[in-house]
Amino acid sequence: MIKVENITKTFGEFAAVDHVSFAVQEGENLVLLGRSGCGKTTLLKMINRLIEPSSGEIYIDGGNIFDRRPEELRKKIGYVFQNTGLFPHYTISENIAIVPRLLGWDKKKIQQRILSLMEKLHLPAEYLSYYPQQLSGGQQQRVGLARALAADPPVLLMDEPFGALDPITRASVKKDFKQLDELKNKTIVLVTHDVQEAFELGHRICLMDNGRIIQAGKPEDLLFHPSEDYVRDFFEDQRFQLEASVIGPGDYDTLIQAFDHFKHKGK
Amino acid sequence: MQQQSDKLLQQTVQHIGLTFISLVIALLIGLPLGIYITRHKRAAGPVLGFAGVMQTIPSIALLGFMIPLLGIGPLPAIAALFLYALLPIIRNTYTGIGGVDPLVKEAAVAMGMTRMQILLKVELALAFPVIMAGIRTATVINVGVGTLAAYIAAGGLGEFIFGGIALNNTNMILAGAIPAALLAILLDFLLSLVQKMGRKKRLSTLWAMPVLFLLLSSFYVLPFGYSTRLLAGFTPEFMGRSDGDIGLRAVYGLKIKTVVISDAVMYKAAYEKKLDVISGYSTDGRLKTYDLVVLDDDKKIFPPYYAAPVVREEALERYKELGPVLNKLAGRINDSVMTELNYKVEHLNQTPERCARDFLMAQGLYREPAQAKEGVIRLGSKIFPEQYILTNMYAMLIRGYTGLQVETKTGLGGTKICFEALKDDRIDMYPEYTGTALLAILQPPAEEIQRLGEDRDSVYNYVKKRFDEKYHLSWLDPIGFNNAYALMMRRSQAQQLGIHTISDLTNFLKKDKL
Repeated sequence: MIKVENITKTFGEFAAVDHVSFAVQEGENLVLLGRSGCGKTTLLKMINRLIEPSSGEIYIDGGNIFDRRPEELRKKIGYVFQNTGLFPHYTISENIAIVPRLLGWDKKKIQQRILSLMEKLHLPAEYLSYYPQQLSGGQQQRVGLARALAADPPVLLMDEPFGALDPITRASVKKDFKQLDELKNKTIVLVTHDVQEAFELGHRICLMDNGRIIQAGKPEDLLFHPSEDYVRDFFEDQRFQLEASVIGPGDYDTLIQAFDHFKHKGK
Repeated sequence: MQQQSDKLLQQTVQHIGLTFISLVIALLIGLPLGIYITRHKRAAGPVLGFAGVMQTIPSIALLGFMIPLLGIGPLPAIAALFLYALLPIIRNTYTGIGGVDPLVKEAAVAMGMTRMQILLKVELALAFPVIMAGIRTATVINVGVGTLAAYIAAGGLGEFIFGGIALNNTNMILAGAIPAALLAILLDFLLSLVQKMGRKKRLSTLWAMPVLFLLLSSFYVLPFGYSTRLLAGFTPEFMGRSDGDIGLRAVYGLKIKTVVISDAVMYKAAYEKKLDVISGYSTDGRLKTYDLVVLDDDKKIFPPYYAAPVVREEALERYKELGPVLNKLAGRINDSVMTELNYKVEHLNQTPERCARDFLMAQGLYREPAQAKEGVIRLGSKIFPEQYILTNMYAMLIRGYTGLQVETKTGLGGTKICFEALKDDRIDMYPEYTGTALLAILQPPAEEIQRLGEDRDSVYNYVKKRFDEKYHLSWLDPIGFNNAYALMMRRSQAQQLGIHTISDLTNFLKKDKL
């Protein structure tokens, strides 16, 4: 679905993203994980051309994104910001309607879509006439998600979508997020620095450092088969919780692997 | 009264028009420029700097700069007001758009909005209250500075204000100042309603605003008064006097398209063919400078303004020789001589002192200062060249013939200050004009003025008698010239049209209309 080939972004001498390549399958959730300043957000923003790369190519659905007008490209890609980026002068309903209106949907269709999204995201319909600042942080973030999903784009880019929320709100929004069937068949690229979150939401994880992908793979691959010390060290602090989270009930192989690790660590 | 209220309405409407024409132009240029400098930050400094410098130029000076470039009338006034309105609009547009949260803008980009959509739906929409505040500031500035437009024949409420100041008429000042203040408050209030409007309501109002602004602007070109081939420029003072514009209409039936203008630029404007008929003073040196001729006042509406020294009676009694010495000048200076003398000072930049000495010498009146004697005579004068020249002559005569000391207090402002100083024994004498004494100081009832009419002697005798009775001030013999109000035209045009008198002018305009 998304193919990133040898993409590089330099700011002067500094390479924020350095010859990165990866692919995301349709319906897959890919997490770009790394410490702040590792280049993950820059990489994400190049996928909808918020930032233009210095070199490299990106394909979505087989088409080179640089052959299209950026506005047309962006209308087909949902984008969720850490700080919502809602328009403060638009009501909730108007905020959600932005992209459908840009696409020229008729009013009735937009209205129906808004109502259904509000319901799915557990937002009361009376909020529709409210302004963003009248809502709590968690509610605003749900609206931000609704806005990104409004035109039903096949691809969703999310930049630390739960980063600005307090732990309790984060848990509740994340729960809704995971249960949302709208998201089941979307191709999602999500940026986070939170290891737990990456394991929770990602089908695959790209661990980044200094503008490069250090290792890409399934969570358990990164955990149990780290390609280098950096990867191992990255997960070290939370290893126990992470291992517990990747081990499903009845998954003996993994259990044994985990056990081996503990033994190993015990020495 | 009816006439005055019509005038008030006309001036208010003109004022609104003037304010909005300049505002619309400032918006058409300021808004795009403000947007441009948010995109090209390097240009922001110079652009805001330029607009800021314009703002610091004193308004009257800015109008002054405009005259050589754009002449007189609406054009320079609109240009000056436009420059004043520019800064608040550019700066608030720049600040307003600059204050939009970059995250919101990024979100707009990420959703696929085009640059134009982002500008209109996000940046301008969010900056709207700030931009509106700039428009309000510009409007209030324009209403205020717009009063000065009356100085350069652009009309507006300033006509009443400056007329009132010139005539020392408080009611007239207020008749201009109060509507101007109310206008500023009202417009500011109405715009504040728009500023506070919600976004939805605003959208419909925003379409109405340019239409409304343009409509209000068009007020300025509404035809008022008569449209004639000749254009008159009268001073605010002349417009408000019964022996000025009002008399011209009543007695001569003169119907001419008139603008109000400051006398500082009026003569030159006539010379430059921007005006055809102006109200001046018959002995003004600029008559000669700009080759203008005085139209004969054949129906005698301008009262005589014969100049004569007004002296405190104590001074005349204490120094018996003073009266005869001051009277040496009596009858010596006629209109054309005085005009010539004024011309030397105003145009050839001679000092009043040199001009006075040359004249006295030519007349064989000059004497070197005599043996000094006890006693000081304090001479006062109003602030214009003619008075300086006369005061210098009197000083030289007193020194030469009596030996008394002379102390000159020139530059006592206008009639009121001079007269009060004389009454309060702070000066001993100053040159005054019969017409001024009659109309500005004594202010007798209208019938009395009517009765005195145009006769030089009857006005002089009346003023002399009343001053003696009322203030114990003595009028000596008239110097000879009559510095009265006069209508003037360019010599060449007057000759070409065969206009010599005000009646000729009236008839010409009547025929010209047909």
